[in-house]
Amino acid sequence: MTPTLSVRNLRVEIPTRHGALTAIDDLSFDIAPGEVLGVVGESGAGKSITGAAIIGLLEPPGRVAGGEIRLNGERIDNLPPAQLRKLRGKHIGMIFQDPLTSLDPLYRIGDQLIETILTHERISPAAARDKAERLLVEVGIPAAGQRLDSYPHQFSGGMRQRVVIALALAADPALVIADEPTTALDVSVQAQIIALIKRLCRDRGASVMLITHDMGVIAETADRVCVLYAGRLAEIGGVRDVVKRPQHPYTAGLMAAIPSLGDALGARLAQIPGSMPRLGAIPDGCAFHPRCSFAFDRCIAERPPLYATACGETACFLRDPQRVAAVAPSGGAA
Amino acid sequence: MSETGLAPQSESQAQSDPPLVRIVGLSRIFDLSKKWLNRMLEGGGKVMLTAVDGVDLSIGRGETYALVGESGSGKSTIAKMVVGLLPPSKGYVTIGGIDIWGERDATTHRRLRRRIQMIFQDPYASLNPRWRVGAIVAEPIKAFDLISERHARDARVGELLSLVGLDPRDARKFPHEFSGGQRQRIAIARALASNPRFIVCDEPTSALDVSVQAQVLNLLRDLQDRLGLTYLFISHNLAVVRHVATRVGVLYLGRLVEEAPAKTLFAEPRHPYTRMLLDSVPDIDMTGRERVPIAGENPNPISPPPGCHFHPRCPFAFDRCRVEAPAFKPVATGHAAACHAVEEGRI
Repeated sequence: MTPTLSVRNLRVEIPTRHGALTAIDDLSFDIAPGEVLGVVGESGAGKSITGAAIIGLLEPPGRVAGGEIRLNGERIDNLPPAQLRKLRGKHIGMIFQDPLTSLDPLYRIGDQLIETILTHERISPAAARDKAERLLVEVGIPAAGQRLDSYPHQFSGGMRQRVVIALALAADPALVIADEPTTALDVSVQAQIIALIKRLCRDRGASVMLITHDMGVIAETADRVCVLYAGRLAEIGGVRDVVKRPQHPYTAGLMAAIPSLGDALGARLAQIPGSMPRLGAIPDGCAFHPRCSFAFDRCIAERPPLYATACGETACFLRDPQRVAAVAPSGGAA
Repeated sequence: MSETGLAPQSESQAQSDPPLVRIVGLSRIFDLSKKWLNRMLEGGGKVMLTAVDGVDLSIGRGETYALVGESGSGKSTIAKMVVGLLPPSKGYVTIGGIDIWGERDATTHRRLRRRIQMIFQDPYASLNPRWRVGAIVAEPIKAFDLISERHARDARVGELLSLVGLDPRDARKFPHEFSGGQRQRIAIARALASNPRFIVCDEPTSALDVSVQAQVLNLLRDLQDRLGLTYLFISHNLAVVRHVATRVGVLYLGRLVEEAPAKTLFAEPRHPYTRMLLDSVPDIDMTGRERVPIAGENPNPISPPPGCHFHPRCPFAFDRCRVEAPAFKPVATGHAAACHAVEEGRI
């Protein structure tokens, strides 16, 4: 089956006066139809840049310097701007962190929805209004018919995010990219929004790329998860495996550092020393080696390739099948 | 420890039993009305927002009291009134027995002020970008005239920086040379510079990444153990609170709805809002715990619902909740809640 989205060896560069910074370095992943892929990482890991590169909204001077992005098998990273604009919204829907910046404060909610629908579908304005109302009902906005005539400022934060979800889904896209969709919301509303995105995309068979720093959101929502560190793929795999049996020391450290209601009361949190390197100062070898308690000579000298693990891939020499074979002669299968 | 050291000094050790911080009937009302002339010409009355509504609580020495609430619950407003940045509309705050808003004696007041410090949420906004780290950390020392001799002061700054896990040589650098977590360490060093007893931490880690958040939370705990600090810890994240708090107060629209020792609150939450907050923490352990997303959002604090503020979202609400605000009543030792349903034993 052709994946909905296929990213191959993506490289994003940001030219500066002191040479180009590599924001995304050799990143590859697929999203299958109907799948929810979580993209997780700390700030500066390159998760939002990955999303922006896919929809062609990289902020200049950032640019895609290599690799391929395919949507339903067709290349989209080299499309001319006009075609790319058609693609956005129609085939890829977007949900951003702050619903206030995604909505135009000067237009009624209904007009914004109708405009989006008419851009992508050849139907009458009256039919578009009906569809807009149906969308608002679907995202759980009470009195949808009247709310079409409201302005964004008349909605609460959670309701605005629902409108943004309606906008993203207006043209039945194959892929929805949600970039920190719940970060700006209150905790009690976050769960509602996550449940909504998950339900709507499942009903429509849309694939979702869920970008977030919140491993809790990923654990509840994603089918698979890809962990980024300093613009590189650290680990990718099924969500249960990554959460429960992380293969990369960074993922393991990250999971241990997250406070959880299951922890012992007042327990000390595990911590990873140091912080993620800046783009201009990514160390040689494995980008994580200065913070890694398992690092050995090879990690400092050589950049680890992706090794297949039981249920995914990991960029860590600890998972090198040859090394694993040397340590435990029976477990050499890659 | 030297005389510039951080050992608690004798001044208030005699009175060890009473709580260090007492907040009594604290309220804050903001006037959001238009100007008088506009009101006269355009009509419309005064618009008042009750951000904090009669909050009572006390914090014992060495305790970490966590105030939990969502946006608009009034938690940051309380923090500002407690440290003396914002005058209360009603009620008072005493720290070590001294009323911080009523104390008239300038010397006493000054001595009190240096025992209170605050750590803010955003370490990018709370450090002056034009000052070197050394000057930032030395500012409280200078402001309170603690050490006038320059070399001794520099030594003290170095000592403070080491205490928070930075290099004394970092004093020469500017804030922009540091990451978010390191900046928060600088802010903590600054807060410690005046030998405080009591530190208000207003969402100290919510702007930080998780791996760095763990470092800062652990640091705050180590400092508490070493220096005998008392914290008021403000957060919206119950999972974080679980790691730091000894006691927890839950705020909803300016009112305290539940208060209990951390252990009790997490094991047996009583108020429906507390239960909802606990329910909305994502299940990171993937235990398959059933979560019931609660309908509705925080109402506008300008026109809060009558009676119990939480009743429109509460699955247990009945007629009495709609008209009568529940009193804050004890349900067990050290555990109190403001809920009619709890009081009547229905939940």
